[in-house]
Amino acid sequence: MSDTNTQLTAKDFTSSQEPKWCPGCGDHAVLQQLKNAMADLNLKTEEVVFVSGIGCSSRLPYYVATYGVHGIHGRAMAMGSGLKAARPDLSVWVATGDGDALSIGGNHYIHTIRRNLDMNIILFNNEIYGLTKGQYSPTSKVGLKTVTSPNGVVDYPMNTLALTLGSGGTFVARVLDRDGKFMREVFKRSAQHRGTSVVEIYQNCPIYNDGAFSVFTDRERKADTIVYLEQGKPLVFGKESNKGIMLDGFTPLVVDLGDSSVSKDDLWVHDENDKLKANILADFFDDPDTKEDYLPRPIGIFYVEDRFTYEDALDDQIAQLQSAGEGTLEELLSGPSTWTIN
Amino acid sequence: MSDQIILNNENMVTSKTSVSVLFAGDSGDGMQLTGTQFANTVAVYGSDLNTFPNFPSEIRAPAGTISGVSGFQLQFGSKAVYTPGAKFDVMVAMNAAALKANLKNLHHGGIILANTDGFDAKNLKLAGYGEENNPLEDGTLNDYTVFEIPVVTLTRKALVDTGLSTKNIDRCKNMFVLGTLYWLYSLPIDTTIETLKTKFKKKADVAEANIKAVKAGYNFGDETEMFSQHGRFSVDPANKKPGVYRRVTGNEASAIGLTAAAKKAGLELFLGSYPITPASEILQTLSGLKKWGVKTFQAEDEIAGVLTSIGASYGGALAATNTSGPGLALKAEGLGLAVMLEIPLVVVNVQRGGPSTGLPTKPEQSDLFISMFGRHGDAPVPIIAATSPVDCFYTAYEAAKIAVEYMTPVICLTDGYLGLSSEPMLIPAPDDLADITPKYVKERKPEDPPYLPYKRDEKGVREWAIPGTKGLEHRIGGLEKQHETGHVSHDPENHALMTKLRAEKIERVIDLVPDQTIDNGPEQGDLLVLGWGSTYGAIKIAVEQALAGGCNVAHAHLRYLNPFPKNLGEILSNYKKVLIPENNYGQLIRIIRDKYQIEPVGYSKVQGLPFNEMEIEAKITDTLKEL
Repeated sequence: MSDTNTQLTAKDFTSSQEPKWCPGCGDHAVLQQLKNAMADLNLKTEEVVFVSGIGCSSRLPYYVATYGVHGIHGRAMAMGSGLKAARPDLSVWVATGDGDALSIGGNHYIHTIRRNLDMNIILFNNEIYGLTKGQYSPTSKVGLKTVTSPNGVVDYPMNTLALTLGSGGTFVARVLDRDGKFMREVFKRSAQHRGTSVVEIYQNCPIYNDGAFSVFTDRERKADTIVYLEQGKPLVFGKESNKGIMLDGFTPLVVDLGDSSVSKDDLWVHDENDKLKANILADFFDDPDTKEDYLPRPIGIFYVEDRFTYEDALDDQIAQLQSAGEGTLEELLSGPSTWTIN
Repeated sequence: MSDQIILNNENMVTSKTSVSVLFAGDSGDGMQLTGTQFANTVAVYGSDLNTFPNFPSEIRAPAGTISGVSGFQLQFGSKAVYTPGAKFDVMVAMNAAALKANLKNLHHGGIILANTDGFDAKNLKLAGYGEENNPLEDGTLNDYTVFEIPVVTLTRKALVDTGLSTKNIDRCKNMFVLGTLYWLYSLPIDTTIETLKTKFKKKADVAEANIKAVKAGYNFGDETEMFSQHGRFSVDPANKKPGVYRRVTGNEASAIGLTAAAKKAGLELFLGSYPITPASEILQTLSGLKKWGVKTFQAEDEIAGVLTSIGASYGGALAATNTSGPGLALKAEGLGLAVMLEIPLVVVNVQRGGPSTGLPTKPEQSDLFISMFGRHGDAPVPIIAATSPVDCFYTAYEAAKIAVEYMTPVICLTDGYLGLSSEPMLIPAPDDLADITPKYVKERKPEDPPYLPYKRDEKGVREWAIPGTKGLEHRIGGLEKQHETGHVSHDPENHALMTKLRAEKIERVIDLVPDQTIDNGPEQGDLLVLGWGSTYGAIKIAVEQALAGGCNVAHAHLRYLNPFPKNLGEILSNYKKVLIPENNYGQLIRIIRDKYQIEPVGYSKVQGLPFNEMEIEAKITDTLKEL
């Protein structure tokens, strides 16, 4: 696509508008890695469109020097779908949050994913409503005390990636806002994927839900609470890489690699094309703070599937019908049957 | 209307200026097909016509019952026809339920073609007559001319040699009736024969049987003694403008209008939509126009319908969405966004009875308020209302022109009555359609001054920057924008300015709106009947008749509801009184009262039924008496 050899840098993707996110907000890191990824991918600023809904994360389009539309609450996916269907040539990115995508926009979320337009969804999950000042969200933990749950949340939280897989997701991943380099690589993979890609980011809100993910991000604890997914590699975690995941039938088990009865060869080997296993991984949804024999939270690319995209199928139909010539205005106006009055 | 009786060799032929016919039967009897065939024949023959299908909202109600009755009404005439007829002159009743459901709308002295096979004990019972009360025998129909025809029996006789099963033979009974009606109205049968040949191309035996049934019905007219007392009828071809015609329903016309506008503007048409009665045919028609490059997107809901269209419009397509009342309510927030973004969008709202699910298959004109005011914030949009099925084409086309040239959403109002009715359309030449000129921003070089997304031209319109164009990268959204730069701004003065600029832009659409004309009647006088949208036909005829009866009355009909034509105030002031008939509880009247400070007489009909000319004529007479 490139007509010049000048490679753009992250700076070229920086708009004149200063991000108005709170100091310490995880969004800053995501923005930086998105810009890095776009530069790495050799994208041009004019071919990229950022689409968003409402919420802190949905302000992101203003901060990238590409095209951008900031829409209305929950509808980013719909707006992005129309844009991509009309303009398959553009690189369409959707910035959305847990409230925007999963609550008010839940309907659009599931249908966008099943249609599989080639679109990159960056889903900032901070388990709270930030912009509306601290109400609980569909991903908030049970018991969380917020302004709308002074006695603790009684809503059961949504499992984003299980929903995504259940909706027919073709690229399903999770990253942490603290994992800059890892995030950048996953963004790149998601952009290269032809189809709707979802990258869920565990993103810290220092104001209303500070430390919601510290159990997964704190240096001290993360080794024991998360497991990185690497294609073709066994699921190993723990401070000294001393723990692993085994499958007993369909049941995942945490095993101690120090125990001589199991070796790395017995472990579950990650295969990002295995949907059944991806579904089991998505079900690793324990809270290490409340469950003793918890499964670690997987981080990385859960699942990738090569499936036709909506816009390609639509364009193919049009091309096929136009193969014998495009419809003319005259034909359109006349329709299938006419008569003449003299 | 005086009927002229002509005697020819064998038959007495009464010449009529117009005839309204209702085909009524069970929803499985093929009445829509029969009516459509009759309409095609009279159209090709050269009559003017207007059709209106009336079917149950259930998919297939129990056979033989009143709720299962399906009807297709049409009026054809040797002069201009504007409605399917307030009442009909002829009714085909395929069974007792069809008769019972529709008799009240048959003119006194009208003709009934009754299929006596549909009046057996079972059918009488299902229709609620009871076996003892056969309307064909008990005097119920003494005021009418009844032709009793055992249609099923005769069809079976005629098709006995076809080798088809009785079930398949019985399916041809509607064609037998059609043939008889062609004979009765001195119409040719060849259009239908041609259609049947095409329709059943792959089923030669079925085509042959249907053709045989049409012919048998026609010959029955010739042979039977039944009609000898009354003779036949004829309706001369209308004195229509020469040219090539097609028949369109309002919904088809809307779809074609949008596509034509896209072609003319050099844009791709994108329709994001969610099925809703009675608007679905627009989505359905456009889905079949991929050869014209049309992209339809059947969204998961109405909200996604409008938002996908907004996305497509941002991408540079001519974007549209179609819906009906409850759907428009759901689209309201999206429309506000389109107002804020200032991008083109056409919303075709095929109004139905409301509120809520209301009367989904029945027409009403009650979405004027929501169209005018139904958005949060100050968010004016242009509104045009179609006045006839064919006008749906021109309304959709004009809506697209305004949307593109003024960078704004436009609401195009039709309704269930117009959407499903059909009439002949004189096919326009592509050159006759107005040009549509999108105003694009050109590609910029680094040394050019920065691009300002909300810089306006002399009409107050910003330019369209299409993603993918180098140097125009910009961010817009629903947050208030700074004048010209488009950056987010919460400055109070700026918000006031932008609100004013957006409103003024819509007011300037008036430059595209032609002056209001008087459709009929004196330029000034006692009474002006002011209508809008689909009431055109009924008001037109009512005023015509009132004028013929010596009333001092005129008719003006609005297509442009926001902004109103420049001279509307002046026209209103030329009459002592203004009468506003509407299929709602008084919406236009309040807007007119507010804007022009006059006190019109309102006339509401909210029955899920269109006005008929008699009602309006009576209201004209009453209003004049009170002057």
